[in-house]
Amino acid sequence: MNAIVTVVGQDRVGIIAAVCNRLAGHNVNILDISQTILQGAFTMVMAVDVSASAASFGELGQSLNELGAEMGLSIRIQREEIFDAMHHI
Amino acid sequence: MLNQKEILSTVEMIDQQHLDIRTITMGISLLSCCDPDPGRACEKVYEKICRCAEKLVKTGQDIEDEFGIPIVNKRISVTPMAMVAGASETEDYVPFALALDRAARSCGVNFIGGYSALVQKGMTKADERLIRSIPEALARTELVCSSVNVGSTRAGINMDAVALMGRVIKETAAATADRDGLGCAKLVVFCNAVEDNPFMAGAFHGAGEAEKVINVGVSGPGVVYHALKSVRGQPLDVAAETIKKTAFRVTRMGQLVAQEASRRLDTPFGIVDLSLAPTPAIGDSVARILEELGLEVCGTHGTTAALAMLNDAVKKGGVMASSSVGGLSGAFIPVSEDEGMIAAARRGTLCLDKLEAMTCVCSVGLDMIAVPGDTPAETISAIIADEAAIGMVNNKTTAVRILPTPGKTVGDTIEMGGLLGSAPVMPVHPESSAGFISRGGRIPAPLHSLRN
Repeated sequence: MNAIVTVVGQDRVGIIAAVCNRLAGHNVNILDISQTILQGAFTMVMAVDVSASAASFGELGQSLNELGAEMGLSIRIQREEIFDAMHHI
Repeated sequence: MLNQKEILSTVEMIDQQHLDIRTITMGISLLSCCDPDPGRACEKVYEKICRCAEKLVKTGQDIEDEFGIPIVNKRISVTPMAMVAGASETEDYVPFALALDRAARSCGVNFIGGYSALVQKGMTKADERLIRSIPEALARTELVCSSVNVGSTRAGINMDAVALMGRVIKETAAATADRDGLGCAKLVVFCNAVEDNPFMAGAFHGAGEAEKVINVGVSGPGVVYHALKSVRGQPLDVAAETIKKTAFRVTRMGQLVAQEASRRLDTPFGIVDLSLAPTPAIGDSVARILEELGLEVCGTHGTTAALAMLNDAVKKGGVMASSSVGGLSGAFIPVSEDEGMIAAARRGTLCLDKLEAMTCVCSVGLDMIAVPGDTPAETISAIIADEAAIGMVNNKTTAVRILPTPGKTVGDTIEMGGLLGSAPVMPVHPESSAGFISRGGRIPAPLHSLRN
């Protein structure tokens, strides 16, 4: 199952490393990463495959939330279908 | 392939513009629970609701977690209780309300709707018993919502029922006086009630519906407001087009969630309700959308026209995004639940008469309006009659949810908290309508041709 991870917040050293590490820890495979600075805010969107992860979707979300809280970032994971539904016919 | 801009726009809608699914409502038929023994019937009601809706809240939470979209309410609607209780040999229907309340608690939902009667043409004994039991039922339960349909375009308006409902609303306020008359916030009087409405307090599961069904109500005033900011000052057709596009996106999300819930709960998908449902939160207001269109304060001249455009554009955008649209589907204007409406009412710009005009062009009616506690029952009945007449003649659903709060008068504010918000007490006309209401009888159904 594919999902989208979005990370938004103040830029600092090691954000990508920390998020990738956390995802690797849950056996989540990263398919695509795009990262930019939007209006001064660090903004990263990742497409990931969670099918090999032992953690449930809720646990993954919780784990990323905790990482976000530690680093002062907003990190969320959502199933890809919601974006498809809203933007593509 | 998704691009970053699309993804971030969705995240922003959820994070900053209050985009959410307002409710997943499971409709459950209770017709199979009829029993001559009232105790047995209540047991069957409790057991069936718990069996059908056991996983509703958990499933809603799972979908929330996975899709990252808040689902604010999980609710249940049931067959109008007068139809079920009418089979039992009893005159006391309050135990049925208590059974609904218990079942709602066991399932973990935040409201259960369907303590209802449909009396647009006439009242059965069961209908009358149920209606007369509403004040006690709402005082002794917390999660039960009640509705009564008093008119329709086909049947006209049952003015005996309208007169009775004025008294029932007053009694309900009195019975819940210790909670600022909160019972009235859970009681709706309809004309042309719909059978698949997922929104409270007027939800019930119509007799023409399946055994059980999943209906979803979307929301999104904040998203529409933000989209309109980007076309500020441009012609109204550009604004309408912007609203349509936004409503389309919001509804697609609602459709996805509805299908997912339906699949996981093994329950047929019913409808998506395209309503713009405000909350008291800043930035989630229908009134502020109207003001963004160029009105200084909601309620001033031009408000009805702006609302008509908004309501129509939401439907046009939403209807293409869902395989099945139903429910109330329109912009809601509940005064106490909309931060901008509260402000406009406090200022005195938004008055009862203007709200009545606004209900001619939008869903649903005079909703969550606080009036002085000493408002006569006949005046409340007359307000209901006016609103029902608008629905009857215009072939649309209208409703009245009015709060004659004991001990409160114009200038006071009642606080209900949560999604119900707070309402400034609005003045009503002091001149009497008692002579009109005491006539009773029926207002015949209107002509369906020569429509001007």
